[in-house]
Amino acid sequence: MPNTFPADSVGLVKPSIAHFDQPLPLECGKTLPSYELIYETYGMLNTNRDNAILICHALSSDHHAAGYHCAEDKKPGWWETCIGPGKPIDTNKFFVVCSNNIGGCKGSTGPVSNNPKTNKPYGPDFPFVTVKDWVKTQVQLADQLGIGCWQAVIGGSLGGMQAMQWSIDYPERLKHCFIIAAAPHLSAQNIAFNEVARRAIITDPDFHEGDYYSHNTEPARGLMLARMLGHITYLSNDAMLAKFGRVLKEKNYQFSYDVEFEVESYLRYQGEKFVGQFDANTYLLMTRALDYFDPAQEYNNNLSAALSMTKARFHIISFTSDWRFSPARSREIVKALLDNNRDVSYAEITANQGHDAFLMDIPHYMDVFRANMSQLKISGNHDATA
Amino acid sequence: MLRPDLEIINHWISPNSRVLDLGCGDGTLLAHLIEHQHVSGYGLEIQDENISKCLNKDLNVLQINLDEGLADFNNNAFDHVIMTQTLQAVSYPDQLLDEMLRVGREVIVTFPNFGHWRSRMNIALQGRMPLSDALPHAWYNTPNIRLCTLNDFEALCAEKSITIAQRTVVNHVHRSTIAMRWLPNFFGEIALYRLRSS
Repeated sequence: MPNTFPADSVGLVKPSIAHFDQPLPLECGKTLPSYELIYETYGMLNTNRDNAILICHALSSDHHAAGYHCAEDKKPGWWETCIGPGKPIDTNKFFVVCSNNIGGCKGSTGPVSNNPKTNKPYGPDFPFVTVKDWVKTQVQLADQLGIGCWQAVIGGSLGGMQAMQWSIDYPERLKHCFIIAAAPHLSAQNIAFNEVARRAIITDPDFHEGDYYSHNTEPARGLMLARMLGHITYLSNDAMLAKFGRVLKEKNYQFSYDVEFEVESYLRYQGEKFVGQFDANTYLLMTRALDYFDPAQEYNNNLSAALSMTKARFHIISFTSDWRFSPARSREIVKALLDNNRDVSYAEITANQGHDAFLMDIPHYMDVFRANMSQLKISGNHDATA
Repeated sequence: MLRPDLEIINHWISPNSRVLDLGCGDGTLLAHLIEHQHVSGYGLEIQDENISKCLNKDLNVLQINLDEGLADFNNNAFDHVIMTQTLQAVSYPDQLLDEMLRVGREVIVTFPNFGHWRSRMNIALQGRMPLSDALPHAWYNTPNIRLCTLNDFEALCAEKSITIAQRTVVNHVHRSTIAMRWLPNFFGEIALYRLRSS
């Protein structure tokens, strides 16, 4: 097959599935009898096994972080801007792993998976999962892949929260921790947006208390609304102004509730596209995992105490126009790390793209990302496993 | 080769100490101190391009605006708090000095002396704002918004009961001469101070 992919892409990739037969006790008190993780890898693990990087995904993304699944794929993985040969996360140098979180809907065990007890999809019976639980599953994946210590755990948004949890729960198992466009916990405003999204799904008549699979339907309207709302929080006012302004679909007002403004068209398109691609129960679980994330809670709400056992070198990046997880939220993490005299760098990227900026090819962001990555030191011989 | 003023600072730093470098630029000084004095610590810098330069030197650099103060740092967290050629560019130098003395045992400050004879001549004879190697910007685009003379600075220190442990003045190639030691506020172009709380 001729290679039609860009030279700086990892190209054609194929997901793998890891099975775990040991029961997994979850933070909510329930136990998953067994589970699977779907994951992708890019680049090669060196002989010293010290060039592995774990990528943690955000709310609605998955294990497909880079490359293409087939030659016809129009879009590459969700972090193609940052992962690939010669890119900030350089696959010529590093062995990159990205798995889909449990509770997800892209191949790891989640609400759409078969419940061995009932032989039907788990649906609403899928237990609540937390960031801590996800990290636990990622540890098991690392064990299976023979990776004792990650050179780095890297994530943006909810992915950054997983990276942070790694540094707290398994300080010996990562050298560098990248927390990008994240926060040490959600604000009341963040939770409020999540709650509206969840109410949109749960009050959809097609939700059937989460058991919509057996009714051969799905809460499409609710999920669409949830996604539309999400997208508003991913963009900044400036980004919306630049992208849509007050541009009308037609020349004049139609005096109707159909799409009048371009921004409405965009949100509806994003919402509709999401339906059929994403599971509503997963959306509920992921937003709740976000709400529950608060590593300081078990330390008397003292984030410095929560981070006191960490050993990693930290790399914190925020974006000026991100109002979902603003620079001030990243600074809370920085402050707590400074209290502990940890190695930490902090960059505040000037960007008008809002929260979404962490996924974008912004030259200064790429420079800073690369410069941060230059601090990763690997000793292994890369060619030995070839 | 390190700038001579930075070399002077290098001698003022105790080995294995904890250092905070405010306005650390491209990280030259901090990298030098890590290599030669085995210090640890952080650089604070505001300019985008300098952040990458510092990271590439393997430094811990934080993109923080000094005008916000040093609230992220605890009392006496550092042995030395250094600020080279930046005091004159911050909005509240007096408050920042207090902050530096709060977070560090000793403060090292360097700044261009506005009392240098050439600056005085510029104003006295030409009636123009001074331009020099130490002060190369025009009045309308200079980042140096809080210029002062040695006497001004020492008056502030006296007012705040800050102890001046050491003072060195150098010219724009960072060398010291007999004339500078005789009349520092007239011949000194760049002032270096070691300060402590009283």
